Amino acid sequence: MHENKPIGDVMLSVDNISLSFGGVHALENISFNIREHEIRAIIGPNGAGKSSMLNVINGFYHPQEGTITYKGQTRKQMKPHEAARTGIARTFQNIALFKGMSTLDNIMTGRNTMMKKGVFWQALHLGPALNEELEHREFVENIIDFLEIEHIRKTPVGRLPYGLQKRVELGRALAAQPELLLLDEPMAGMNLEEKEDMCRFILDVNDEFGTTIALIEHDMGVVMDISDRVVVLDYGKKIGDGTPDEVRANQDVIDAYLGVSH
Amino acid sequence: MSPDFLFFLEIIVSGLMAGVMYSLVALGFVLIFKASGIFNFAQGVLCLFAALALYDFIAPGGWVDRWFGFTLPVWLGIIMTAGVMVIVAWLIERLVLRYLVNQAPIILFMATIGLAYVLEGMGDILFGSDVKPLDIGLPQGASDYMLDTFGLYVEKLEIVAAFVAAALVAVLAVFFQKTRIGRALRAVADDHQAALSVGISLRTIWVIVWSVAGIVAMVAGIMWGSKSGVQFSLSLIALKALPVLILGGFTSVPGAIIGGLIIGVGEKLAEIYVGPLFGGAIENWFAYMLALAFLLVRPQGLFGEKIIERV
Ligand SMILES: Nc1ncnc2c1ncn2[C@@H]1O[C@H](COP(=O)(O)OP(=O)(O)OP(=O)(O)O)[C@@H](O)[C@H]1O
Ligand SMILES: [Mg+2]
Repeated sequence: MHENKPIGDVMLSVDNISLSFGGVHALENISFNIREHEIRAIIGPNGAGKSSMLNVINGFYHPQEGTITYKGQTRKQMKPHEAARTGIARTFQNIALFKGMSTLDNIMTGRNTMMKKGVFWQALHLGPALNEELEHREFVENIIDFLEIEHIRKTPVGRLPYGLQKRVELGRALAAQPELLLLDEPMAGMNLEEKEDMCRFILDVNDEFGTTIALIEHDMGVVMDISDRVVVLDYGKKIGDGTPDEVRANQDVIDAYLGVSH
Repeated sequence: MSPDFLFFLEIIVSGLMAGVMYSLVALGFVLIFKASGIFNFAQGVLCLFAALALYDFIAPGGWVDRWFGFTLPVWLGIIMTAGVMVIVAWLIERLVLRYLVNQAPIILFMATIGLAYVLEGMGDILFGSDVKPLDIGLPQGASDYMLDTFGLYVEKLEIVAAFVAAALVAVLAVFFQKTRIGRALRAVADDHQAALSVGISLRTIWVIVWSVAGIVAMVAGIMWGSKSGVQFSLSLIALKALPVLILGGFTSVPGAIIGGLIIGVGEKLAEIYVGPLFGGAIENWFAYMLALAFLLVRPQGLFGEKIIERV
């Protein structure tokens, strides 16, 4: 599907990551990398550690072991607001929108790291701050057009149906013009038509803006269809890594999905 | 108009005016509670602290006068006091909040109790504990206009307070609705994790919220101090804010305003019309009774969000 897309160098690599909560080993010695412009799927059964992995990448969780190398810089852990500042945006498995705010305002928050005018100007709502606000507003309107959600611009997102909320959340992440976009089950709970729309948006973002995407998804059809490479987790361990075809043929993966006991 | 009705109106108006003060204090609570889920017991002390600081900047016999032999003009004193409140906010984040991230609400609440005592003690040491008259040149006495046209006795100071409060709320509303930082504040109030994921720094937001709450406290402190002098009891108006919050809801700015007005009016009406039945002086506890009764009917307050535990 993306034969023409130039997949580049390694953008992010996690090495020997281990993360546990008390006695629960959410991640054990996990290493893999994500290359520029690719769509990298992370799959695995429930509780495998997929969301934990994303949380490690954007700094919500701090692993006990291992390193994260992002754009050439190696760290023990990320910090959420540093991750955001350096181009990592994300969506959540259980939608985390600002429920009382409108679609427009929610997506505007995505511009946060790019708006620089100080508290003073903003308190007065004057001059530079006002111009800046308008500039970013225009960018956000483009995202709204792209995601085809003009009709709900002013609606408080708490009132929107699930599928649209997921779309607004994607909009908020895109507003940051991320280099690396982390999507945690963006299609969960959607009907077929909504899934197709979401797939199209993800592919468009990847193709048109060259955004690198890490995607957690349970729908195997979708995963095999749109991803370039897949990493498979099971009980916190990595059991497979490769192209969709390679992963499909991997005996460990097949066993994990069929529930063969360990 | 019949004298009885006029009297009734007079009570209402004076109740509304007293209510404005309660609203201002409650507003500070709501801001902090929304952004960080902290019930800030120190809000009343912040009012006191601000009023004391202002006194020392502008009053004869205040610090600046004693040290430098002159006093600052009122406008400059107010700006300096606002600056002091920002520094206090920064210190609170730096020395307290930072270490209590993700702690249970009760722990944060306890921390603010400690904070209240520290601030009170500091105010005492820095500024002294005697009653200080705060005169920033606000008009005193009854408004002739209200007296002549409507036959109502209303304090000029209270009218000024009402306008100042209205202006403050208007400015805050624009700040919250139309600016990046306002949006970030609302975002943090709504969902911490999501706010972090878009690069909002909680620490910065907390400093800003506490600064804004400190400045609101300053306005309340100035108004209250102009009326009855700057003294320790100023910090006790925070206790009056509690019933206001129960009435208006802990998370609603309009709720704080309207709750304050209801308590103000309710208190005065009760004092006049119900008070005699109890032998008077019910103004002191009426607000709490009202809040308690309200709690039974609508625990989330008039405007608060219904809290439904997710299981
Ligand atoms: N904050 C946390 N505190 C304690 N345990 C956690 C926490 N987050 C994750 N875990 C545990 O880590 C393990 C992996 O969870 P994780 O959410 O990463 O799985 P997942 O692969 O995303 O599963 P799902 O497909 O159900 O979303 C689970 O056992 C989970 O209970
Ligand atoms: Mg998950």
